[in-house]
Amino acid sequence: MTPILSFSRLIASLKRISPRRGIEYCFTIIGFVITLSIILMAIFAPYIAPYDPTKRVGGLLEGPNSHFIMGTDSLGRDIFSRIIYGSRIVLRVTLLSIVISFFCGVPLGLIAGYVGGKLDSVLSLVMDAMYAFPGLILAIAIAAALGPSEITVSLAIAVIYIPTYFRMIRGHVLSLKESLFIEAARAIGARDRTIIFKYIFPNVILSIPIILSLNAADAVLTEAALSFLGLGPVTAPTPDWGMDLRMGHAYLAAKIWWPSTFPGLMIVLLTLGFSLLGEGISEILNPRLRR
Amino acid sequence: MTSLRIYVVRRILLAIPTILILLTIVFVVMRVAGDPVSAILGGHAPAEQIERIKEQLGLNKPLYVQYLEYLWQLFHGDLGRSMIWGRRPVLVEILEHFPATLELSISAFIVSIFIGIITGVHSARNYNKPTDHMLRLYGIVTYALFIPWIGLILQLIFGVYLGWLPTSGRIDTLMEPKHITGLYVLDSILTLNIPSLISAIRHLILPSITLGIYLSGIYTRLTRSNMLEILRKDFITAAKARGLPEDTIIYKHALKNAFIPILTMMGLQFALLLAGAVLTETTFSWPGMGTFLAERIFYRDYTTVQGTIVFFALLVVSVSLIIDILYAYIDPRIRY
Repeated sequence: MTPILSFSRLIASLKRISPRRGIEYCFTIIGFVITLSIILMAIFAPYIAPYDPTKRVGGLLEGPNSHFIMGTDSLGRDIFSRIIYGSRIVLRVTLLSIVISFFCGVPLGLIAGYVGGKLDSVLSLVMDAMYAFPGLILAIAIAAALGPSEITVSLAIAVIYIPTYFRMIRGHVLSLKESLFIEAARAIGARDRTIIFKYIFPNVILSIPIILSLNAADAVLTEAALSFLGLGPVTAPTPDWGMDLRMGHAYLAAKIWWPSTFPGLMIVLLTLGFSLLGEGISEILNPRLRR
Repeated sequence: MTSLRIYVVRRILLAIPTILILLTIVFVVMRVAGDPVSAILGGHAPAEQIERIKEQLGLNKPLYVQYLEYLWQLFHGDLGRSMIWGRRPVLVEILEHFPATLELSISAFIVSIFIGIITGVHSARNYNKPTDHMLRLYGIVTYALFIPWIGLILQLIFGVYLGWLPTSGRIDTLMEPKHITGLYVLDSILTLNIPSLISAIRHLILPSITLGIYLSGIYTRLTRSNMLEILRKDFITAAKARGLPEDTIIYKHALKNAFIPILTMMGLQFALLLAGAVLTETTFSWPGMGTFLAERIFYRDYTTVQGTIVFFALLVVSVSLIIDILYAYIDPRIRY
């Protein structure tokens, strides 16, 4: 099967949604809208943000008002502008980490599943050990050891998800390896590389979007968590949701809720967007799980 | 030898490579990939200071020697010494903070199971009705909730505005019960110290709910899907035909049968619970291992960070080992 055929299957299954599945459809649309709006917000940040996010533009800790719809932080910066610009860093880190885990996990899974033997056993053992480890703590270790920067934080987040891609792809390859069309390909003398990338890969590609969106959701949460713990990708005054939440948290006892609540809300919204998207895709692509 | 014993031995032997791999990963991350010296000193330190730190950490030796020394020390239960605070042994410091994490984890775990099962059962009972859709959304939303943010909202409502509950710490000052287990709630019960008990529980409520809500979604979803499956079985129809009350059918017949996969998930959730505890503790200044880790990261106490992470790794492996053995004991089919 070629990738084009798989995508036409995807489109076909999207069209086949029965009215009973309406609620899944609804969730997916909501997820899509949230995610897309935040991505657009990041791209067009300079046009949307009313103020410079790193400069003092108003009084210190002003509550939400007509000039500053989300108030100002402890340094008199506009929180709304900081939130808009903050989406950039989290999306960049998310994207970079997904790319890294995808391009490590998928090929390793394909190779381990296809080649089998000792290589497979060793890789599986390592991946299982990593999978068992609490992801955030592994990321903390990596970010703490490498010193925080955009690249290292992305790397730290990527490492957590490599085993997920690996395990899923490997499982698929193992179940496909013995099927008739692979045997036929071998019989006509196709090389291993051809079989892996032209025959097996297009067949496993359908399960990737689900992991991709869940990976994105987890990456957003992990980036926020690392920033919250002081291991984030940027340093002040660059806006970052997790870091801003942490800084605003100190003023909570004085009933100053706006510097921390809004950045936190954005983290939750973006994660929710990605996970709703993932939920929807998995419901649509796996009719067997439907009920 | 009985099949159970064979299984236990095999499972323990299998845990050894996992532990070794994890220890190696930590070593590679912290020593080979990472640059501890500039992590500690910030990159602009004079040469003699760098040399001194290297000497102190044993970083001037060849890598394989460092690796063997690291394993050898761990094998003897030595997690190294802190680089600050009078060079205290890391293990001692971890064990001081561990009971707080354990207490929070246990109570968050209870909260999550409680919320998860109630919402899951309710969702399955109202299958495909608005309640079901709302609760399914709950199952997805909880997964997306950022722990410090849930904590913050709860602190704001119940701590700052209503003033009902404390927002940080484990217990009011000078109220600590006599140290027996280190779990304040348990210790105050054991010593019949009512004021301490009340204070400990009041401090425990918000952090447990924060972490509990975050973990509950997965149980909501799992309980729902298992209940739906069980509710379609013949024995449920039979029970209905016999005219049993619906609550009896749901809780006594169906839930009991839906419980085994939920139990399995409880074991798998342990790693997530630990990671969640780190964030919950930091949000509530709960003096457990998470706060400890965050604090030492801030002070660049490199050896302590490494030791704590090793401790987390060993904890996860041991817990999954214990859970696997428990299952084999409960369900003989697993042994083969």
